[in-house]
Amino acid sequence: MSEQNNHSTVENTTTGLNHRKLLMWAFLGSDCMFFASLIATYLVYRGKSVTGPEPIDLFSIPVTSVSTFVLLMSSMSMVLAYAALTKGNLKVFRVWMLSTAIMGMTFLGFQVFEFRDFTVNHVKIGCEENNAKYTELENKFSSQQKSDYKKQCSEGKKEADIEFGMTPRTNLFGTTFFVLTGFHGAHVTLGVIWLLSLFFYSFKRGAVSADRHLDVDLAALYWHFVDIVWIVIFTVVYLFGVYEGF
Amino acid sequence: MTTFPLQISRPIHPTGIWNWITTIDHKKIGILYGVSAFILFIIGGIEAMLMRAQLASSNLKIIDPELYNQLFTMHGTTMIFLAIMPMGAAFFNYLIPLQIGARDVAFPRLNAFSYWTFLAGAIILNASWFLGGAPNAGWFGYAPITGKAYNVGHGIDFWIISLQVLGIASLAAAFNFIVTIINMRAPGMTFSRLPVFTWMSFITAILLVLAFPVITVALIELQFDRFYGTNFFITSAGGNPVLWQHLFWVFGHPEVYILILPAMGIVSEILPTFSKKPLFGYPVVILSGIIIGFMGWMVWSHHMFTVGLGPVANSVFALTTMAIAIPTGVKIFNWLGTMWRGSLTLNTPMLYAIGFILTFTIGGISGVMHSQAASDAQQQDTYFIVAHIHYVLFGGSLIAILGGIYYWFPKFTGRMYDEKLGKLGFYAFFISMNITFFPMHFTGLNGMPRRIYTYGSEYGWDFWNLISTIGVLLLAASMVIFIYNIVSSWIKGAKASGDPWDARTLEWSITSPPPEYNFAVIPTIEYRDDWWEKKMLKKAQEQPVSKDVHLPQPSYWPFIASVGLLIGGFGIILSIPVAIIGAAITMIGVYAWSFEPVNDPH
Repeated sequence: MSEQNNHSTVENTTTGLNHRKLLMWAFLGSDCMFFASLIATYLVYRGKSVTGPEPIDLFSIPVTSVSTFVLLMSSMSMVLAYAALTKGNLKVFRVWMLSTAIMGMTFLGFQVFEFRDFTVNHVKIGCEENNAKYTELENKFSSQQKSDYKKQCSEGKKEADIEFGMTPRTNLFGTTFFVLTGFHGAHVTLGVIWLLSLFFYSFKRGAVSADRHLDVDLAALYWHFVDIVWIVIFTVVYLFGVYEGF
Repeated sequence: MTTFPLQISRPIHPTGIWNWITTIDHKKIGILYGVSAFILFIIGGIEAMLMRAQLASSNLKIIDPELYNQLFTMHGTTMIFLAIMPMGAAFFNYLIPLQIGARDVAFPRLNAFSYWTFLAGAIILNASWFLGGAPNAGWFGYAPITGKAYNVGHGIDFWIISLQVLGIASLAAAFNFIVTIINMRAPGMTFSRLPVFTWMSFITAILLVLAFPVITVALIELQFDRFYGTNFFITSAGGNPVLWQHLFWVFGHPEVYILILPAMGIVSEILPTFSKKPLFGYPVVILSGIIIGFMGWMVWSHHMFTVGLGPVANSVFALTTMAIAIPTGVKIFNWLGTMWRGSLTLNTPMLYAIGFILTFTIGGISGVMHSQAASDAQQQDTYFIVAHIHYVLFGGSLIAILGGIYYWFPKFTGRMYDEKLGKLGFYAFFISMNITFFPMHFTGLNGMPRRIYTYGSEYGWDFWNLISTIGVLLLAASMVIFIYNIVSSWIKGAKASGDPWDARTLEWSITSPPPEYNFAVIPTIEYRDDWWEKKMLKKAQEQPVSKDVHLPQPSYWPFIASVGLLIGGFGIILSIPVAIIGAAITMIGVYAWSFEPVNDPH
């Protein structure tokens, strides 16, 4: 929402700061409280699910570390894109801008994969007496899953294949996890659309240029913010969820 | 410049209704806010009168319990979100640019968007009456009675969606005012010279920006529970209803200060003007406002003393609640100090301001009574609390807003109100207000529960309830006097000069009503109460009339974006395809708006 469409970024304001940049900071402050409330909800309900699965049953830290790394690198390429623009190098700007957007989309791809993976999760449990895995999972199973296990084993199978997936409706972990990471994903999606708009807009003569760098600066601020939020989510939800002692 | 394919020729000089729909002038938007909020205030008042009719005597059957639940929910939600908050926004819009010496707000189109989005939220909420029943779980909407299992029908859905839409409107406005106050001050208008009303609005805007996301998240969680079957507040899945209470009151208590700080700002403008003295202890008043804004975040659990959070939590929140009375008390003494040995002019706005100090102090004292967790257990959910909230909101926020309407009426309209009617209206209002709400202290301490549609005669509450109901009728009559005075004066009142009160702040240095561009020459500020000081030093200069001040031009897009939200809001509740259409309209509006230059070259 560009209220100032003058080409110069030097404006006649009381503080010398640009209106739009101040607005962005105020918005980010507000968004902090938004994510803080969602994360607080997650923490309040941590370990309070009545049935499984729990974080340790689903998360794959190596996979999510890769997508986290990609998102962090996208922040770096965002910085490089902005630096190229302020130096007036539009071609380099486009390269970094597109790579930022692609990395953002890669992150989203991982998230879609992960969400799907969690919903269709299965566990295989041997049917012998006092199976260690069954003992471990028994108190996380719903009565449906327990009777599934008994039914499959009574049919003479060696190994029962139990659906142990998670949707937002399954338990409190599912509810809080999907809503928190889903809203973060929505923020990333909006950011990707913004970055791609700027990328395509830059092919129009004079639309994106060094003396209008504020347009990119604002997108970059937003992008870095979304990254920082992910660092918190990755730590609090994923790492604390899998490693004991946190 | 414009690449967006949708080209609608821009409204350069719209007339009639289009003038209002496309306006981005902060003064017109302020008037739109004020008039809409006042109409909604009357609707909320009618809801209250219906409840008082039902409670006039024991065992009445005028209103059935289900409708009664809808009435108290809609009364609370309407008065807080649709009446007092937007009336505050009306003052922010009209006055902040004038008080800081600016020609408009920082984002004029965003400002128009705020207003139309607020109206969309108001329409969505009130449409619930006609689409299967209004929300019925109280303005705080405690889980799990708002859950699908206990509350079928769409009432709660309308409540959730309308509050989300109103949240967008409030956030957009708050961002706008923060940037405006930081960045649009005239040369020399430092923060230590900023008028108190603008200062309090600034704190209010910061509170809004930080508090609204919390209720947004709470509402999202409730909405997901109701719409998509998640488990946030489902006890059988381990969900905890107390989480809702925490989230709601973490928002809800700063919200209380969002409602009262602008009122304190208004009073701090009226009292010095009619005492012919500068505000006593300006820095202390500002600092108290900041401390109130800060401490407002540390007291939310005093709404939850009876939940059973434990003695430590209750003690801590009792202490912080008592402590927040200190900066509030400091302000009251500063107002008294302002009047002390001043040459007082007891006209209508001044009477309202003095009335504010009286009733707000009563409400403040009962507030400190609730802060004792032990005695609060006796008062929780009784009419004693109802008395308290009405003394601080009605006898605090609203009385100051009415005083503010009288005070700035000449500036808003260019006409004077009728002083005799104004005073009559004030006394009728003040007396009937106390007749209505004071007896609730007695019934409350006697144990009468709130939100119950009737009571038995054996409790002995009949007499004071009847007094309250009579008080409401008198109150309605006093509002008729107020409305008559405002409307008739607006049409045919005597012409007002630019500075009818010999006042202190910048808005009085220009004509009444102000020209579209506010200041032909942006003033240079040298003093706190600059206009007053310059009058005293004979340095005050008339603003010249100018014809070539470039102002941002009107625009259709903010209105269109808000219409999209209105359609989308109904769609989410009633039909998904409609929601998609609404979202698409909003997207088009926002996109076209961001490619539309502030001024078309012509």
